[in-house]
Amino acid sequence: MVDVTPQSDGTVPPAEVPDVELYHPRSWWTTYVFSQDAKVIAIQYSGTAIAIGLVALVLSWLMRLQLGFPGTFDFITPEAYYQFITMHGMIMVIYLLTALFLGGFGNYLIPLMVGARDMVFPYVNMLSYWIYLVAVLVLVVSFFAPGGPTGAGWTLYPPQAILGGTPGGQSWGIILMLVSLILFIIGFTMGGLNYVVTVLQGRARGMTLMRMPLTIWGIFTATVMALLAFPALFVACVMMLFDRVLGTSFFMPALVEMGEQLSYGGGSPILFQHLFWFFGHPEVYIVALPAFGIVSDLISTHARKNIFGYRMMVWAIVIIGALSFVVWAHHMYVSGMHPWFGFFFATTTLIIAVPTAIKVYNWVLTLWRGDIHLTLPMLFALAFIVTFVNGGLTGLFLGNVVVDVPLSDTMFVVAHFHMVMGVAPIMVIFGAIYHWYPKITGKMLNEAMGQFHFWITFLGAYAIFFPMHYVGLVGVPRRYPEIGEPAFMTAPVDNLNAFITIAALVVGFAQMVFLFNLFWSLRFGRDAGGNPWRATTLEWQTPTTPPPHGNWGDKLPVVYRWAYDYSVPGAPEDFIAQNDPRPQHSAAHPDPSAARPA
Amino acid sequence: MSVILVFLLVIFCVAGWWLANQRIMSKPWLEGGVVGALPDNDVTHMPTAKVGLGVLLAVIGGLFALFASAYFMRMEYADWQAPPMPAVLWLNTGILALASVALHCAVVAARGGRMDTTRLALAAAAIASLVFLAGQLVAWRELAAEGHNLRVNAANGFFYLITGMHGLHIIGGLVGLGWTVRQVWRSQTITARLRLGVELCAMYWHVLFVIWLGLFVLLAGWASNLVAACRQLLM
Ligand code: HEM
Ligand SMILES: [Cu+2]
Repeated sequence: MVDVTPQSDGTVPPAEVPDVELYHPRSWWTTYVFSQDAKVIAIQYSGTAIAIGLVALVLSWLMRLQLGFPGTFDFITPEAYYQFITMHGMIMVIYLLTALFLGGFGNYLIPLMVGARDMVFPYVNMLSYWIYLVAVLVLVVSFFAPGGPTGAGWTLYPPQAILGGTPGGQSWGIILMLVSLILFIIGFTMGGLNYVVTVLQGRARGMTLMRMPLTIWGIFTATVMALLAFPALFVACVMMLFDRVLGTSFFMPALVEMGEQLSYGGGSPILFQHLFWFFGHPEVYIVALPAFGIVSDLISTHARKNIFGYRMMVWAIVIIGALSFVVWAHHMYVSGMHPWFGFFFATTTLIIAVPTAIKVYNWVLTLWRGDIHLTLPMLFALAFIVTFVNGGLTGLFLGNVVVDVPLSDTMFVVAHFHMVMGVAPIMVIFGAIYHWYPKITGKMLNEAMGQFHFWITFLGAYAIFFPMHYVGLVGVPRRYPEIGEPAFMTAPVDNLNAFITIAALVVGFAQMVFLFNLFWSLRFGRDAGGNPWRATTLEWQTPTTPPPHGNWGDKLPVVYRWAYDYSVPGAPEDFIAQNDPRPQHSAAHPDPSAARPA
Repeated sequence: MSVILVFLLVIFCVAGWWLANQRIMSKPWLEGGVVGALPDNDVTHMPTAKVGLGVLLAVIGGLFALFASAYFMRMEYADWQAPPMPAVLWLNTGILALASVALHCAVVAARGGRMDTTRLALAAAAIASLVFLAGQLVAWRELAAEGHNLRVNAANGFFYLITGMHGLHIIGGLVGLGWTVRQVWRSQTITARLRLGVELCAMYWHVLFVIWLGLFVLLAGWASNLVAACRQLLM
């Protein structure tokens, strides 16, 4: 802490923060295409992620058509169905959610919210996007490769992933998948370095860690986790690539395929599972923590109330991040592991629910007696809380070995993880887009289309995934294109399946309205002004909207307070921006020196 | 997964220690706009590039810790047969150590503003690293010549995979080193920027050398003996 002598008007003169040298683009190409501006990179990342996400959405329709009306669609063979689920799952989790939260929102929000001009290594940041794009293209190529994409399931478990019986196993599918993932991880590491180091080193004067908005805490912690977890996937992919292409036996046991002894021997499929889930579980929180952070800011802003328990929220994010590295084997309860092992992982899994629950309580307490504006971002934030609690509760059940064993690999699990890491983060993404679109473009998104989009998506998601829990409890296994009515099923689910499919199609088409809105409002949207939500955080205080390259004009902002000064008693407005130098009104703290920690 | 968990524990301890020094107990809601006590930025005064490289090295460390974890787990299976260690690896280890020492000298020289010594030391480090890479190739060929192919046993696979990964990281470092060498050759005096570049190279090489020592111990089989000894103590 450095005490600075205030000027006569009570403000503190900005210190000489060494300003950064910006790269100055010289042509159209370097301004819009090979741009080093984090905001442009953010839009490139988001556009690519949403585009490939649409492919995954279409795949989910095809899967649902098969499940709802088995036998009706000839072109959906069992092989094609496996390819659809695999690509759908992989794209949704990695190429859409991870890329959108970290590459998209991370790039756009980190420099703006911490008061920096740009990321600290803009060139590396640019490379990160282009490598991501190549990874996506490789993935797309696999759809057209001979033999089609891999159908190994998004978990890519060996040995089946690289055997002839699995689509793509002995052709190009699995190779392209692995190469694409390896590229993605390399690209992500480049971006991730930027996100972490910008938060560490790029903060404006006065922006202490404990004054950062929770969005930044969420993205920051998630990125640290991703940097430590993705290498596990990298190792798994490289070793599997060796097994497939060079014939090593890291993961491959001795096998007889179609009466023929393969050259593999001695390898361990379980080893792959450990590596995969050492990445896979943290991945859930890599997606969830940015969502937690963003939703905290949405709730606080749109309920005009400071976030309840800011410190606790920060600690919870950090603790969840650390704990999520020691729960991975709860995905392997049925892999034949030692019972004590299962006991240990069930315990850690349940412990992690504690900080998570704290966060939920704090969101609800923030809403409590707040001045809730039911704007679109608020609606989506509320939908997130409900959905997340829902998925979290079934997660508590599944975390217990005795409950998980019978439910493992049923549609119940599919319903659970769609609630918790499918629908819930997607709700936050929508809320965040409605919230920040005005800053990105200077226009408001159309409200009527937005309301339509919200209600169809929210109610529709429940129409899809609520009955799916029941379908799973009845006994329908996951990853089966068609099961008929085997004796173990306690009730028929045909009608329910058809209903879910129709709901999925309706929800899917509602997303087209959203996409249309994005383009329509760009042209015809209401002008937003610089700070339409009257929010406190720095990105809303830029001198121009949309913010130009360099963000802040010629003076970096100086931060005087935390991000949640909403409805401060006695203040002239119901929010005080973070860079507002005015002392808090005396009504709030009759004696500031008494309230201030020494 | 024990190796990576130990590694993570170290990382978390460092992160926790750092966080504990960041006023995480402060109550930001009480300090708003208090006149006269604008907290200075709590950003460290370390050069940003150094922090960036530090983070990158932590990621690289994690990567090799994961390879080591996989190695240990795969080792438990019955078919495991570690290949003999090519003797040239000892020589390679020495050469990589020389590269590291040379870079250390370069840092000292650059801090003292001695241009000639800096250039000499940088060139020596680059050459030593190239020799190291060549030496690793020799080790590969020796093994292959004795029939220890990639496919024969997973232990062989790991040998090629892990040494190859490490070699790729050295090559990546050489790109950075080459860039620094070019800058140093073009410049008349040693500027702060050049000094930083040299320091970054040294930091990278020291860490990759330490990682190599770990890998050497692992591949030579001493690490497993050590683990076995520890187990016996615990039993
Ligand atoms: C429109 C909304 C969605 C629908 C209708 C839908 C539908 C489905 C269906 C029918 C399956 C295959 C179940 C099976 O037979 O095993 C599936 C699998 C999966 N979905 Fe979704 N999904 C949607 C959105 C998402 C999102 C947003 C995510 C992001 C996390 C996601 C992640 C996954 C994963 C990881 C799998 C597992 C793939 C596998 O088994 O390998 N889905 N989804
Ligand atoms: Cu998990």
